[in-house]
Amino acid sequence: MYTETYPQLVTLVILVPAIGAFINLFWGARLSERWISAIATVASSLAFLVAVLLYAYLVNNNYQGVVVNPPLLDGWIRIGTSVEIPWQMRVDTLSVTMMLVVSGVGSLIHMYAAGYMHGDPMYHRFFAYLNMFLAFMLILVTGNNFLMMFVGWEGVGLCSFLLIGFWFDKAKGVGWRNSNAARKAMVVNRIGDFGMMMAVFMIFWTFGTLDYYRPGEIANTEFGTHGAEAAHVEGEVAAEGEDTEAAAVTEHEETAPAAASEGEAHGETAVVYTNNDHIPTEQLGVFGKTMRWVEEGGHEVDFGPFSLPFETVLVLITLFLLLGATGKSAQIPLFIWLPDAMAGPTPVSAFIHAATMVTAGVYMMVRSNVWYYEADFTSLVVAIIGASTAIVAGFIAIGQWDIKRVLAYSTVSQLGFMVAAVGVGAYSAAIFHLLTHAFFKALLFLGSGSVIHGVEHGHHLAHAGHGHGEHDHHDAHADAHDHHEEEFDPQDMRNMGGLWRNMPITYLTYVVGTLALAGIFPFAGFWSKDEILADSLVAGVQEGNLRGYIAFGLLILAAAFTAFYMWRQVELVFHGKPRTEAARRAPESTAVMTIPLVVLMIGSIFAGFLNTPAGVLGLDNIFGAHRFSDWLSATVVHAHAGEFQWLLALSALGIAIVAIFLARRFYAKDSPLVGEEQRDPLAVGGFGAAWSLANARLYWDETYYRLFEGPFNALSKFLADTLDWRFWHDYFHNTVIRDGFNAIGELLSKPVDLGIIDGVVNGVGRLTRWLSGAVRGVQTGYVRTYAITLLLGVVIVIVVLLLPLLQTNG
Amino acid sequence: MEATGLSLLTVILFLPLVGMTIMFFIPGDQGRNIRYTALGFSLVTFALTLVMWASFDPNVSGLQMVQRWEWLPSFGISYYVGVDGVSLLLIVLTAFIMPVSIFASMASHIFEERGREKWYYLFLMVLEWAMLGAFMIQDLIVFYIFFEITLVPMYFLIGIWGAENRVYAAVKFFLYTLAGSVLMLLAILYVGNQAGTFAIPDIVRAVQAGTLTFPFDGLFSPQSYLFMGFFIAFAIKVPLWPLHSWLPDAHVQAPTAGSVILAGVLLKLGTYGMIRVLLPVFPEATVAWAPIIGVLAVIGIIYGAWVSYAQDDAKKLVAYSSVSHMGFIVLGIFALNGQGVQGSILQMVNHGVSTGGLFLIVGMLYERRHTKKLADYGGIWKALPIFGAISLVITLSSMGLPGLNGFIGEFTILLGTFGSDVLGFFFALFATLGIILAAVYMLYMFQKVFMGELDKEENKHLHPMNWMEYAALVPVLVGVFLIGIYPALFFAPMNSTVTEIVTQVSHFVTTVAQAVP
Repeated sequence: MYTETYPQLVTLVILVPAIGAFINLFWGARLSERWISAIATVASSLAFLVAVLLYAYLVNNNYQGVVVNPPLLDGWIRIGTSVEIPWQMRVDTLSVTMMLVVSGVGSLIHMYAAGYMHGDPMYHRFFAYLNMFLAFMLILVTGNNFLMMFVGWEGVGLCSFLLIGFWFDKAKGVGWRNSNAARKAMVVNRIGDFGMMMAVFMIFWTFGTLDYYRPGEIANTEFGTHGAEAAHVEGEVAAEGEDTEAAAVTEHEETAPAAASEGEAHGETAVVYTNNDHIPTEQLGVFGKTMRWVEEGGHEVDFGPFSLPFETVLVLITLFLLLGATGKSAQIPLFIWLPDAMAGPTPVSAFIHAATMVTAGVYMMVRSNVWYYEADFTSLVVAIIGASTAIVAGFIAIGQWDIKRVLAYSTVSQLGFMVAAVGVGAYSAAIFHLLTHAFFKALLFLGSGSVIHGVEHGHHLAHAGHGHGEHDHHDAHADAHDHHEEEFDPQDMRNMGGLWRNMPITYLTYVVGTLALAGIFPFAGFWSKDEILADSLVAGVQEGNLRGYIAFGLLILAAAFTAFYMWRQVELVFHGKPRTEAARRAPESTAVMTIPLVVLMIGSIFAGFLNTPAGVLGLDNIFGAHRFSDWLSATVVHAHAGEFQWLLALSALGIAIVAIFLARRFYAKDSPLVGEEQRDPLAVGGFGAAWSLANARLYWDETYYRLFEGPFNALSKFLADTLDWRFWHDYFHNTVIRDGFNAIGELLSKPVDLGIIDGVVNGVGRLTRWLSGAVRGVQTGYVRTYAITLLLGVVIVIVVLLLPLLQTNG
Repeated sequence: MEATGLSLLTVILFLPLVGMTIMFFIPGDQGRNIRYTALGFSLVTFALTLVMWASFDPNVSGLQMVQRWEWLPSFGISYYVGVDGVSLLLIVLTAFIMPVSIFASMASHIFEERGREKWYYLFLMVLEWAMLGAFMIQDLIVFYIFFEITLVPMYFLIGIWGAENRVYAAVKFFLYTLAGSVLMLLAILYVGNQAGTFAIPDIVRAVQAGTLTFPFDGLFSPQSYLFMGFFIAFAIKVPLWPLHSWLPDAHVQAPTAGSVILAGVLLKLGTYGMIRVLLPVFPEATVAWAPIIGVLAVIGIIYGAWVSYAQDDAKKLVAYSSVSHMGFIVLGIFALNGQGVQGSILQMVNHGVSTGGLFLIVGMLYERRHTKKLADYGGIWKALPIFGAISLVITLSSMGLPGLNGFIGEFTILLGTFGSDVLGFFFALFATLGIILAAVYMLYMFQKVFMGELDKEENKHLHPMNWMEYAALVPVLVGVFLIGIYPALFFAPMNSTVTEIVTQVSHFVTTVAQAVP
């Protein structure tokens, strides 16, 4: 297979969605819905296709990544020779993984949205934003330097803002609520961006560059040697390689070092390097430099006024990056924007706020694994933040009624798993969980969208004949229910129940998604979550790291919560008896929406086998062992295959099953809700207080308001009104300065009454009078007088001050 | 490079005056002829500045396209124009902002109420001439004159075509800036007297050669006093916190074009002066005072942003945002390294484009609704979709979204600040907080005006944009994207000049560190 020039295509992966966005933005208003969605979906699918070609390239080239310069743009920020930040892309196993996930899941969601958004007046704008998001997300993952990542990082933030606030014009204050949520998301993320910026500055002044890798540099030199060692045993290579061709490449690579040393002697030029030893330190990218400096030891970084040991610098950089990650990946303390972000249309929640954008922080930290691996202190912090986010969000999810909010907190919680994985050094497990999570969480969100859609339809059918179009109420708090007395919320699980009968496909796929998320064998989540737990345990018990114990303890509890709140949701939504007329009459969604559900369901079942551990039920004979970890480790230096531990896997599975049975005990009834007010069975039992706390989301937002937002606003008012305006502007300037000036002027004007000055005054005065006469009509004569006086002032000052000069020079 | 005949710069400089003279003879009732004459001259001027850019040699650090005529030889005063990496982009910016402002003026209705259209455009032409002069002139005395002349047309623009409180604002603007420059004049006279010439390049050469020295032995020494004489004048112009009190008045009262030019170009006279005079002529005082000025700049960044957020008047909000943005520019200059200073020069252009754009937007809203109160709007994006989208882009560029122009400037400034020998980590840390606050107030404004429910009856039927408004905003958008995506183009011409200036200053970092504990 000829793949040598494929990496050049990486530009297209960004360009195609960008063009799609462009077309829909400018001409979409004139196109039909069919065309709009087709353009956007095709653009997204083409991006996926390119990602597949890039995958093929990597497979044929022993997984070795390359750096690609896009055509036309030869540079970006270039200041002399001191700053050189190019537009440059990186094709390697990590970026291609992300590309495949983003564009693959993205394409399905585009297709789903074509049905979901049907009838929306801003249909074209929606798809333009979706394509724009895709383009920025792909910039984020393909950039070869931290600033390009930041461009994508902020670009996806912008698209998130636009899509959360997509229904900014809804009536009855809903529009304001939506746009507030949008603003909140962007502002909170900006706090994270502050960390990113600081990290970028620090990286620049430490390494003199922001590039991950330079062309020709090998990301993981260990990977090469590993391949070489393995290659000595021919049979093993054939078993490990993707196919015979890949094996051939491996062999070629393996003989290269020998060829290189002999080649020099023979004067041959075809040199293939398997390490970076020939590259001087200053020509390496940031990670190459790090590894070399760590190896050498004792490196100091000079920051002008002070210098720091290299290890300390790495801790600072990684902490600043972590702040960025807590913003984008919704971790404590910045996770509060994500639940509010559910104000956006459901496909957006699935795509941006579950499967792709929010994982950017995890991607970024895994990309920087070389640093996190060296920075012990940061890793501890990362583990604590990730694990506590996982458990806090998991706890809150138990107390929510809104179907999307449960999923939102679940997303926060699962992102916590990924972040904690980074903390314990399980980099490949983090990306593995990112991948599987993209499948099942997108599935669950799209499923919830299908449910909401159905319940809304059911509501319309129940109140048939009120003359409105069927499709203009996608939003939870839709606008046109004027003549219904009570507000109906199609996202409130109290309004659901028994939906499985009418919505079989949605039900089936939703249950699979739930089982995958809960970590039930053999669904995808089981494998990825197990790997994180296992690695935490290894970090704790075998390596004696505190962070391992912390992560393991909190995560296993969070896993139990996960299974519980998900099964609670399944019971409340699909099982039991319908609690409203709307739920009774809710129809199944159309094929354009259910097909993506089915495809994602298949993914949620099988994605876990990408990284089956060795020796489990013979599965590795079918799917290969640790394929995904191997693939990643070509790029992620410290990626390693997780060990499968039967005891741990079985107990985690047991805990999840017990949690599901507990949930069934509480909710698996015809009508699980208690009383007229439809209270949660947990709220009336012995767990009442805890449940209320979860329901109130631990008062997290309220606390922040008290601590930060309120004082910030008050201080802002004080600065603006009192300090700057009343004191500085009015009192100080108008009273102190002006009146003081007048008083002095009065004092001086009396003695200074000389003939010469009068003459000049009259001459210039006449000129100005003429000028100002020409523009007369200024309300009072006041301005004119002032103007003349002031002009005179200039002239006089110049003349007077020039006098001494005349003497010295003349 | 002494040119015989007229150099391109002289032609560019006096073109607006020629236009003004022609307009002077057009009867006042022929509004159309006057408008288009002004527009024509400003467009030709802009085209010529692009020619200037094209013929500019980026590898030369000194002045180019120089023209020098002795004027008052006995005083060492000459007509001396030239362009280098510091002034090139600012000259282009000035010529760029002018037609944009004229388009905005053509689209506005101020003359229906206030009349005197002829004089309005005459003043705009005079203003363009004065601003170009201030950026081109290399003689301190003539520079001072141009620096001051800019006040006069702006004074009338605010005083005659401004809002309700225009007289107060115009007088305050005039007095405040004039008062600042009195000390500068004294300093200029002293420096010229010592050097025997007022030509800046000659003075700088003498300072570098050591033949001209201003005694320096600490924060308070003769060189520092001279430094202060210039600095205060420039700082008021910028305006640097806490000398900003004239700005909200002037901006709120000025007509749209006045605000655009004020923010777009006039404020840059201050920061330009810092790079042109302070760094090369008083290097020791610059180094010594840099941390203190840096603190003021950082306070300005945070304070301006914070105060901005509490405003309920859109124009005032944008005005205070200028205080914050200009703080970044001053910070970058006093980082005293290549990244900081180049970032500052680019940010001057960016601020001109973005904040100018914001004032255009506020002006266009005002044209339609006759209010600047944020609370009177809401959901405008729905009423005016294209206008809303353009406004979003300009808002984002102002808050520094990567890929747009504002980010490039802020990023390089902060990068320079972080790596600066005189400022460093903590300055960068606090200044970077400004990017959070920028999002807070910018998005607040955008949301209040453009998002939310379109519930007010008056907002539901607004005129769509007309061609003149497009003509004003589209060039701004082009600037926003061009600088954001390919800033290398803009950094290239300034590099040699800035490197030269910075290298000279940085020689003093260690010596000053010994003098100032």
